[in-house]
Amino acid sequence: MKELKVQPIKDGTVIDHIPPGNAFKVLKILGITESLPDSVISIAINVVGKRGKKDIVKIENRELKAEEVDKIALIAPNATINIIRNYEVVEKRRVEVPDEIVGIVKCPNPNCISNTKEPIKTRFIVKSRQPLKIKCYYCEREPEDISSLIM
Amino acid sequence: MNFKGRDVISIKDFSREEILYILDVAEKMLPIAEGKKKSNLLNGYIMASLFFEPSTRTRLSFEAAMKRLGGNVIGFAQPGTTSLQKGETLADTIKTAESYCDVIVMRHPKEGSARMAAKFASVPIINGGDGAGHHPTQCLLDLFTIRKEKGQIEGNRVALLGDLKYGRTVHSLAYALALFKVDMVFISPPELQMPKEVIEECREMGANITIKNSLEGLDEIDVLYVTRIQKERFPDPEEYKKVAGSYRIDLKTLENVKEDMIIMHPLPRVDEISPEVDETKHAAYFRQTFNGVPVRMALLALVLGEIK
Ligand SMILES: Nc1ncnc2c1ncn2[C@@H]1O[C@H](COP(=O)(O)OP(=O)(O)OP(=O)(O)O)[C@@H](O)[C@H]1O
Ligand SMILES: [Mg+2]
Ligand SMILES: [Zn+2]
Repeated sequence: MKELKVQPIKDGTVIDHIPPGNAFKVLKILGITESLPDSVISIAINVVGKRGKKDIVKIENRELKAEEVDKIALIAPNATINIIRNYEVVEKRRVEVPDEIVGIVKCPNPNCISNTKEPIKTRFIVKSRQPLKIKCYYCEREPEDISSLIM
Repeated sequence: MNFKGRDVISIKDFSREEILYILDVAEKMLPIAEGKKKSNLLNGYIMASLFFEPSTRTRLSFEAAMKRLGGNVIGFAQPGTTSLQKGETLADTIKTAESYCDVIVMRHPKEGSARMAAKFASVPIINGGDGAGHHPTQCLLDLFTIRKEKGQIEGNRVALLGDLKYGRTVHSLAYALALFKVDMVFISPPELQMPKEVIEECREMGANITIKNSLEGLDEIDVLYVTRIQKERFPDPEEYKKVAGSYRIDLKTLENVKEDMIIMHPLPRVDEISPEVDETKHAAYFRQTFNGVPVRMALLALVLGEIK
């Protein structure tokens, strides 16, 4: 039987398999509340699925593109992006860590220029995906505990 | 090779061939740097020298380099005299300065500041030190000195001595020497050892690396590069004294070294090298300091496109 813990939508995007409790962070990283002020967005938190608890976000009337969604890979590495057309899942994609991570991770180096009031976003170059290794574009520090640095 | 408009932020932005080319140009600058020949190569150009942190050698040698080539210099030597104190961002200071000049040389206490400045400026940025980050012109003048003193960079056995853990300029130097597959000996107190990543990177690049905790075996060394061990690294001042004392270079430590071994030091020194060593033929550190001028002349002429 089809698992439908959230209200069905006709067209749009469902972001599934977000680690429980991270739905709001996903929305924040996507910046969706600002960029899509007229979209209806529903979220479900702590949904019990086949593989334990998860969060789900669904966005009506908007098909998110890969490069928009890949930004969430840091906090939701197992998320799936489901494109819904006429109530059916017509496309399913996994997120991928992008080559650069901009404005999401804070540099742990207190003396880094990105931790000052300069008009720049934090920027990390992805050196490896498995295991995830990133390097600050500015000070070249390679943080250990990346998840604790997500802004 | 075209360097026109290029930023000089980290030595890693340059290939081995590009580094050698810069050193070749620096070689040609020597008579002008010494004041024996006059030049108007950079006549009409303005260099902004923005020192948000004090420096003697780097700032003076950049300014001398620009002036020796007939160029002009504007700028400040400490942030106290700028609107930075009124809270202006570095980005805004850079955007202002670039409208008055053709090239910016900067030193700033924050790591990554020069990289950021390069994003805001359309004129080339030359990094004169960004906190504990990079100092590429020091690295180039070190390579220039080794080549000038020893004939070539390859084939030497180079010892890096002192604080190898925190001194990032010594990390860049190790990397640059590894580009030339130089044999290196890293000598430091155990608590100030070269970081593992640097050692691994140098080895992957094909350099032969030995790690030591004492000054023994200096007789096999061709170039001894001494750096400062900073007091701040030691919680106990007595411990600092003991450690610093055991790495001090004096006439006695030099008893068995090769005739033509040279000693380098980025200066300023505190007491890593006893003043009596200055009189020996091993002491290359004052010549090294002078070499900052031709190397910086070469970089200025290259990034301004007056030498191709
Ligand atoms: N029309 C729709 N409206 C809202 N959500 C939907 C709609 N269709 C599917 N979904 C949701 O999209 C997600 C993916 O749907 P799908 O039918 O592919 O489930 P699945 O087979 O369990 O997939 P997976 O293996 O990725 O978990 C599920 O969370 C599902 O509830
Ligand atoms: Mg499912
Ligand atoms: Zn940083």
